Amino acid sequence: MSVSLATAGPSVLWYLTRATGAVSLVLLTGSLVLGVADVRRLSTERWPRFIIDSLHRSVSLLALVFLGVHILTSVLDSYASISLVNAIVPFTGSYRPLWLGLGAVSFDLMLAVVITSLLKGRIGYRGWRAVHWLAYASWPLALVHGLGTGSDVNGAWLLVLSVVCGLAVAAAVLSRVLSGWPAGATGRRVGLAATAAFAIFLLAWLPAGPLGSEWARRSGTPSSLLGHSTTTTTNSSATTR
Amino acid sequence: MSHRVEVNPITCEAHGICAELLPERVSLDEWGYPIVDGRPLHGSELEHARRAARACPTLALIVARERARSRAS
Amino acid sequence: MSSSVTTAELYPAPPDGAVAGLPRLLAGVHEQCALTLTEHLSVHGQLPLVGGGGRSRSRSRAAKLFEEVEGSGLCGCGGGGFPTATKLRSVAGARGRPVVVVNAVEAEPPSSKDRTLLELAPHLVLDGAVLAAEALRADEAIVAVGEHAGASAASVYAAIEERTGRGEYGRIGLTLVSVGGGYVTGQESALIAGLEGREALPTFTPPLPFERGLRRRPTLVNNAETLAHLALIGRLGARWYRGLGTSAHPGSALVTLSGPVAYPGVYEIEAGASLCSLIDAAGGTTTGVRGVLTGGYAGSWAPAAAIDELELSRDRLAAAGGAFGAGIVLLLSSETCPVAETARLARWLAGQSARQCGPCMFGLDAIAEAISGIAAGAREQASDRRLQTLAALTAGRGACAHPDGAVRVIASALRAFAADFEDHRRAGPCELCASADELPLPLRAAGHSGARP
Repeated sequence: MSVSLATAGPSVLWYLTRATGAVSLVLLTGSLVLGVADVRRLSTERWPRFIIDSLHRSVSLLALVFLGVHILTSVLDSYASISLVNAIVPFTGSYRPLWLGLGAVSFDLMLAVVITSLLKGRIGYRGWRAVHWLAYASWPLALVHGLGTGSDVNGAWLLVLSVVCGLAVAAAVLSRVLSGWPAGATGRRVGLAATAAFAIFLLAWLPAGPLGSEWARRSGTPSSLLGHSTTTTTNSSATTR
Repeated sequence: MSHRVEVNPITCEAHGICAELLPERVSLDEWGYPIVDGRPLHGSELEHARRAARACPTLALIVARERARSRAS
Repeated sequence: MSSSVTTAELYPAPPDGAVAGLPRLLAGVHEQCALTLTEHLSVHGQLPLVGGGGRSRSRSRAAKLFEEVEGSGLCGCGGGGFPTATKLRSVAGARGRPVVVVNAVEAEPPSSKDRTLLELAPHLVLDGAVLAAEALRADEAIVAVGEHAGASAASVYAAIEERTGRGEYGRIGLTLVSVGGGYVTGQESALIAGLEGREALPTFTPPLPFERGLRRRPTLVNNAETLAHLALIGRLGARWYRGLGTSAHPGSALVTLSGPVAYPGVYEIEAGASLCSLIDAAGGTTTGVRGVLTGGYAGSWAPAAAIDELELSRDRLAAAGGAFGAGIVLLLSSETCPVAETARLARWLAGQSARQCGPCMFGLDAIAEAISGIAAGAREQASDRRLQTLAALTAGRGACAHPDGAVRVIASALRAFAADFEDHRRAGPCELCASADELPLPLRAAGHSGARP
């Protein structure tokens, strides 16, 4: 089966969307890992505290930039008719609404985290800290969004990338919990439980979901596009128009 | 108008970034908390002090103007 | 006016003949119950009004009151010793409608003067609160007591009820609030936090309470005794007030005397009276005395040899290396070990830390450990130099004065009982160590969370 640029099929923008999405995931992972290193006050002679802290902030901003491009290209691309509103208001839209919507939620949370960080001086430390915890919710949403919406899950690269990022985040969270942060025992138990629950969810969902059969259809791809999807096993080359 | 560096000891959580960015005025005690030299800041020190205050994760480091704080009894 | 039973417990019988003018605060009090409003008025006379009338008239009356207070030299009786006139003027000059807080929390275990004052002469304290409130154009005054203040709280409550009926005293709203917490609860900013329903822990200043305190309004926080003095100054003036006392510490003062004396308790003395005269008034000592603690747990120890020289006023005690503080005079008997007591005190002070500031938290813990090690004659002991380093790292680096006071009192113990500490370093615990429990160090009933690494 073939897809060409001229037909109503995946375009440069579509590839850009997927690429920037993947890069965003990597950067988000990096930001989270650096954030944990920051709160654990890890440092070496070559990587003093202010560098780790500053790097965390920079990587987060960079992630936001790539996310911006990711959203822009997905909106501009006419293939799947995703509007700007769909990208920010969750679960609207016709293309895989649930899985796309998770991305929108993740993005909204990220926006809250970044904006409060930029305005930290205004809102004070306590207010900032309360919002910052949302970062831990933003990341898994982004991962599931990527696995649910992306068309590359069958291809090894996204899967491998997701696994590596997932392991990095799991390691970071464990390292934080085991070293005694947050101070309240409930917080630590919640952290451990959530990590375990998420891992189990992925192990159960991936084979049955994105790696399973007819995922494009089951995930809510509009039927008009189904023939051009590259992940389904129905190798239909029939054009619909 | 002179400025000096101050620490809010309640908010401070001993990250230690201030001591890295402003060693001229801040050193760390054996528990990682800042010992601040409260003398007035001069010239480029002020810039570094402001940067250190921005970099403090808990916003505990403050660049304060003239009046040294007094404690409530 | 019913004649009060004169016992040594209530006011001293001076050995050299009567000290004219005493008692003042405790004038006419009964032994067990409070003076009613009527009795109070017949002892002290009417309270001069400051409020009422036109705005300019009340303002000039307020200014006159501030002048009298300044002239009297009245200073805070809660331990800080801050000039009351300055505080009044600062609150008056701040923006917003002020509120008056009567600090009767009295969180220092060896002190009971505020409780006693409220139990026996609540109306005098309330007079002072009302006078201050009117002068500051405040419309409410809050009496704050500790959570275990049983009798004194009941006494204040009854006194407020009495006044509510009487028109001229009803203008200022009086409320009684009990605030829970430990040793630091009496600190101004901690008290305000407690009154606002938060945990009673100190906050970082600026802003100071006189500028922005309770509910963000300028707040006058005064010790109960201070306001009682104010109530008398308002009636009798600065010159009368200075008729007793020293020039730096005029007037009379309440002290809580505890330890091996025949009649421990609350006494009203002339500021500057000798410690010996106070001990005599209390019926003399019952055992040998090792030393005396003045100023409370943020004050200073003096060895027994120094007792004859000590005079109980702010300036004279300070000159002798001691402290007047909140009028606490605690004698340590010869039947306990001062080293073990100091170790107990150090551990207790460390435990009373609000644990908000690293240097206080870690420093006081380290000092307590060091002192305990010396008391036990441990193999690895902190050197004097190490103790000095810890003192320098701990004092002055917290949000409140708790670490400063703790360092000061422990350092004074090390000086006052230097020989005993030396003995314990070499030979370990003495036979009095195990039973040492003379210093009142209550366990905190409800601890607050605050486990910070």
